[in-house]
Amino acid sequence: MSTGKKLFIKGNEAVAYGALAAGCKCFFGYPITPQNDIPEFMSKAMPKAGGQFVQAESEVAAANMLLGAAACGVRAMTSSSSPGVSLKQEAISYMAGSELPGVIVNMNRGGPGLGDIGPSQGDYFQSVKGGGHGDYRTLVLAPGNCQEAYDLTMLAFDLAYKYTNPVLILGDAILGQMKEPVSVGEPIAVDEAEGGDWKLTGAKGRPYRILKSLHLEEGSLAEHNLKLAAKYESMRGEVRFESFETKDAELVVVAYGSIGRIVKTVVRKLRQEGLKVGLFRPITLYPYPSAALVELAQEGKRFLTVEHNMGQMIEDVRLSLCGLADSAFFGFPPGNMPTPEDFEQPVRQALGR
Amino acid sequence: MYQDVIIAGFGGQGVLLIGNLLAYAAMDQGLNVTYIPVYGAEMRGGTANCTVVISDEEIGSPIIHRPIGLIAMNRPSLDKFQARLKDGGVMIVNSSLIDPGLAEKTRIKTFMVPMNQIADSMGNPRLVNMVAIGAFIQASGAMPVETVVKSLGQVISPHYKHMIPQNAEAIEAGAKAARG
Amino acid sequence: MTEKIAFERPKPLADRATHYCPGCSHGIVHRLVAETLQDMDLVENTIAVSAIGCSVFLYNYIMVDTVEAPHGRAPAVATGVKRARPDRFVFTYQGDGDLASIGMAEIMHCANRGERVSVVFVNNTIYGMTGGQMAPTTLVGQKTTTCPSGRCRDSEGMPIRMAEIIASLGGTAYASRVAVDTIKHLNQAKKALRKAFEVQVNGLGFGFVEFLATCPTNWKMSSIDANKRIAEEMIPYFPLGDFKDVTTGKGVC
Repeated sequence: MSTGKKLFIKGNEAVAYGALAAGCKCFFGYPITPQNDIPEFMSKAMPKAGGQFVQAESEVAAANMLLGAAACGVRAMTSSSSPGVSLKQEAISYMAGSELPGVIVNMNRGGPGLGDIGPSQGDYFQSVKGGGHGDYRTLVLAPGNCQEAYDLTMLAFDLAYKYTNPVLILGDAILGQMKEPVSVGEPIAVDEAEGGDWKLTGAKGRPYRILKSLHLEEGSLAEHNLKLAAKYESMRGEVRFESFETKDAELVVVAYGSIGRIVKTVVRKLRQEGLKVGLFRPITLYPYPSAALVELAQEGKRFLTVEHNMGQMIEDVRLSLCGLADSAFFGFPPGNMPTPEDFEQPVRQALGR
Repeated sequence: MYQDVIIAGFGGQGVLLIGNLLAYAAMDQGLNVTYIPVYGAEMRGGTANCTVVISDEEIGSPIIHRPIGLIAMNRPSLDKFQARLKDGGVMIVNSSLIDPGLAEKTRIKTFMVPMNQIADSMGNPRLVNMVAIGAFIQASGAMPVETVVKSLGQVISPHYKHMIPQNAEAIEAGAKAARG
Repeated sequence: MTEKIAFERPKPLADRATHYCPGCSHGIVHRLVAETLQDMDLVENTIAVSAIGCSVFLYNYIMVDTVEAPHGRAPAVATGVKRARPDRFVFTYQGDGDLASIGMAEIMHCANRGERVSVVFVNNTIYGMTGGQMAPTTLVGQKTTTCPSGRCRDSEGMPIRMAEIIASLGGTAYASRVAVDTIKHLNQAKKALRKAFEVQVNGLGFGFVEFLATCPTNWKMSSIDANKRIAEEMIPYFPLGDFKDVTTGKGVC
């Protein structure tokens, strides 16, 4: 997927390169820290790629522009950070209801409210539980390093079209601002036929098409919701995760994104002391890798969930483990910059060492 | 191979640039590397610092609370980060701006480098960051000094290409100062 | 005796009864839009953006590719559509609550960017679908379910004149206000609509037509009285005419 030259770039830029490589042709943005590198990059890159960049009047408008471009079957993206993503939820709900494909990037910052511009995982609930109004789901991909940010952004476009559904990239201010070497490739050729059976092109030589989320006729909305639910169930096959040193582990630490990689440093250190600890890092947050957690639980392992919030993903860990095991929890409050030292003691404590 | 370093100073001292330079040098050698800047909301002034981690293994945390390397280009940086430096770690102190008496010389391998004087003597005060990175590379032994010099072209924009030889000289001067 | 057909349904207009109340202007405006699309041979090249309000079912009556926008966001959705497919004809169809209240930011910036889209704005001074609440264009003294004593300037402000505001923005190529209460006005309206479509097709900029429209049900009037109110109360406050026309240099700026 990512052969070719190696660039030393920020996670934000990796997302933008990934979008370009995936054939993104429309980008709609609005400035907010810590994701400004993405619209800045796209303002230069989109015209060169024969596409369009619009700095919208608001995140509300940017997300609705995404909806419009998606309705035309053109690969499109918008990006923001937490407060801005709250504003995008309206369009995301409509896109889910109208079954439109699009990629939405959230470089999570501290909240609630204006919070700060530092990293946070406070938007887990918003990302994986729907976010906007109504009964819907979005696929959620959580990269833990810059290469993954690139690769998963490319994947996000494919998944968006495969399921005609919005796909979220959930990073944070650490991933957005840190730089790593990233292998990038040339843009793929997007299949002209993509979205051919639903996209709006003008009703030439075929019946006209309507893309909508309103279902007032009796029974229509119920039928629609059943159809959507079946679609969300079919996304199960997209589950991705990383297991690190879990094989003989007594304790498995569950952590995603930037926190996952910081925990990995702790796992390595404790392994050097001979402590049997491993890391389970969900890469898809929806669908959640529950089955893999159940397998670990069946092997008799204990769990500690570590998050950069006061307890959100822990609910999905416990739901996954339901009845088989429990998970301890350590929440690192948004507002502080996490380091391996912050997680070492909680891991030792959970290990009972 | 593993090396980490926090590089800290005033905004405008070129702290982030040498962080990038070090990272490029590591990348050019085929090593894994992470770079993360930390800064306040303000665009100008204030303090700046970045953390670079270099390893031949996959890198876990890009953020390091207790580093093994520190470049302190001004007094607030020393005050903030010296205590966090691991025992036996390497610290480069800008003795042009920092009282050498403040360094924990017995706990830490300390290198006093009068960065501003050296840069001034070369006729360009802005070379202070290059002096600093040269000293660090020499003192830490993280990689040969030439590899950093070779990567200069990756962080200096084509417009300032003519400045590369002078920057290279400043790196060498920093390395020389660390050799003592 | 031979039959002579004097009046045909425009092809893009669906052959079905609408859900609109008797005396409502939406049917007329729908017909004008359908006729103009047909006259300009745009039907198979059009992507419409429907809005929220009584006209939410636009796609049931005008048979062109259509995407439904959230409340007020049609100009943003239309921007996305047009940027994705610059070679297609794109129009929005919005009411006064949708366009001049919740969607004020989107319409202003869409016009200001000079998006090559056309906007059909139906101003009937009231929220129709939700049951007759005060709109941003409700006239001073007009009673609605949320200003039961009549709109008061001191607490609710003055009705917003959209055509004039849109005309003042740099990206607007054409901004006009029309009415559909008389044959004369109907003919003027059709010309204005065509121009708002033409400025898009010719790449000149943003096209905007405000239709003064009736809502007999929520005005609690007969159809005839509602039609009379257009001339007696609305036109005096919302004057008809072109406020900007880059093709003739006419207009306010």
